[in-house]
Amino acid sequence: MRLFRNAQGKARWLLVITWLYVLWSLAPVLLAVRISFNAGKSRSSFQPLSWKWYWGDPDRSVLHDPALQHAMVNSLKLAALTMLVTVPLGTAMAIGLHRWRGKMSTASNTLMLFPIITPEVVFGVALFMVFTQVYTNVPMGFPAQLLGHITFTMSFVVVIIRGRLTAIGGQYEEAARDLGATRVQAVRLVLVPLLGPAIFASLMVVFATSIDDFVISSWLSTSAADETVPIKIYSAAKATATPSLNALATLMLLFTLVAVGLAGFALRAMNRRGGEDAGAAGGLASLSG
Amino acid sequence: MADTLAATPPRRRRQLFWPSFALPGVGWLLALFVLPIYAVGAVTFGGVDPVLRTPQPQWNPLHWDFSTLSDVLSRVFTGDLQNVFLRTFAFVGLALLGCCLIGYPVAYFVARKAHRSRSSLLALLVLPFWISYLMRMMAWVNLLQPDGYVNRILHFLHLQGPPHNWLNGDWPTVVIGLVYGYVPFFILPLYATLERLDGRLLEAGRDLGASAFQTFRSVTLPLSVPGLMAASVITVLPMFGDYYTNTYLSQGSPKTQMIGNQIDQYLHQSSQPRTGTALVLILMAMLSVLMVYYVYTTLKQQREALR
Repeated sequence: MRLFRNAQGKARWLLVITWLYVLWSLAPVLLAVRISFNAGKSRSSFQPLSWKWYWGDPDRSVLHDPALQHAMVNSLKLAALTMLVTVPLGTAMAIGLHRWRGKMSTASNTLMLFPIITPEVVFGVALFMVFTQVYTNVPMGFPAQLLGHITFTMSFVVVIIRGRLTAIGGQYEEAARDLGATRVQAVRLVLVPLLGPAIFASLMVVFATSIDDFVISSWLSTSAADETVPIKIYSAAKATATPSLNALATLMLLFTLVAVGLAGFALRAMNRRGGEDAGAAGGLASLSG
Repeated sequence: MADTLAATPPRRRRQLFWPSFALPGVGWLLALFVLPIYAVGAVTFGGVDPVLRTPQPQWNPLHWDFSTLSDVLSRVFTGDLQNVFLRTFAFVGLALLGCCLIGYPVAYFVARKAHRSRSSLLALLVLPFWISYLMRMMAWVNLLQPDGYVNRILHFLHLQGPPHNWLNGDWPTVVIGLVYGYVPFFILPLYATLERLDGRLLEAGRDLGASAFQTFRSVTLPLSVPGLMAASVITVLPMFGDYYTNTYLSQGSPKTQMIGNQIDQYLHQSSQPRTGTALVLILMAMLSVLMVYYVYTTLKQQREALR
């Protein structure tokens, strides 16, 4: 054992395992990104660099293959619309559940936790059944997929926002009420600005979860027109695929990382401007002034 | 809506203020989560259209017909579906073991031993969350091709003669794929628990003469049980419903089929969709203990945080 310990008694083998894990978890993805720049058709080894599979190839590149492009637009549209509906709905639900006391509140809170841990195949089959047997006026494909994505991402928002509400406590809102704000004003001018970082975080989590989803999108799709990027990646496993698939996946990764990076940047800027207290103080000032 | 609000007395209106925030979300979940799951039951316990052979859901529980469920149950316990269930348990069990063996040391190191590098390591641990699951699996498909880098490295190290096709229904490929896919979800809850451990208890262990290993075994490990449980539940539940990892990593080989594949096939490619929905109900019943455990502990934590 002594061989593996340095002078401070820190276990060096833990350090080695951790960095090996990090390497193992990320290296394959970097390799897949590198393959997207292959000049040839190989998806198993490196070839000279080119943009062939992004726009160079006149038929099979992401820019020129309508099926790949369609999948990308579908995924982005689905994620953006899901984000816009889920986050307000989930934020309001979190605020309501946080303050509302009683049996019905406990029941709703319990109900809210189940979608998080329901296996996706169960979720997918259930939504498939309800759209084919009950809500038959909702067309399968994009509309059903959108409703499905909103449903399975909502609870994540509630959990994130509730965590933040617990951390904030009730004092800012009480101060606002003491200064004469109505309850609606206290929520709008004090609570919502205080929740800013958590709302930002939820937007990103919902976007990434929706972009990533394969199971629910696939259960609610009926034709090639409803394919999203994950469905495309999945269905191309059997067919002979080209590195254009890697290029498509790389582009989606880029979109997600840029979105997450921007959110992180915005959060830091917000914190630097004076942190949560200043934000609340601003809200209170606009009330009393 | 405005009229009814104006008509309610002020005290009543005040009581409705907070519930009104939650109601749209609750209504949404009732319509698109609770009702859909009920629909799975209604289809399973309903009948079949005599002409079209399409399922006819029975919404009234008093008229439910349990024959499909009992048929499928007997196939699971003694018939042709037994193998798929046993295989699913084996895959999930092995993958969970892999998650523990990799996840625990990593979470422990980042939470307790990494000081200066902690924030950058945390960022790296979270990074897989932002990478699409199927892209991560696709990366392995690239690596595991017959002429891929895994075979080349094994050949270079003289561990293997002719190239092996890993994607042809090998169970180790699927188990490693599951570990690769889910271990990030295992590490984070465990990290949260280990980070909050009271360091004074560990010091007390050492001060009282226990060796580093004894302290770990009788102080650290028992204290990390809640975190291990949370991490296991959060990874095991989606793994039981997984059918895309194994299909993708074994090109649909029947040798690696799990419960989810059967559900997929009965609902998509057969004339017996009710067998598929019955399997969904069986899967849910099987997992209900874990799901209730998760909800119970989460609600308890919420109450403690508010106190």
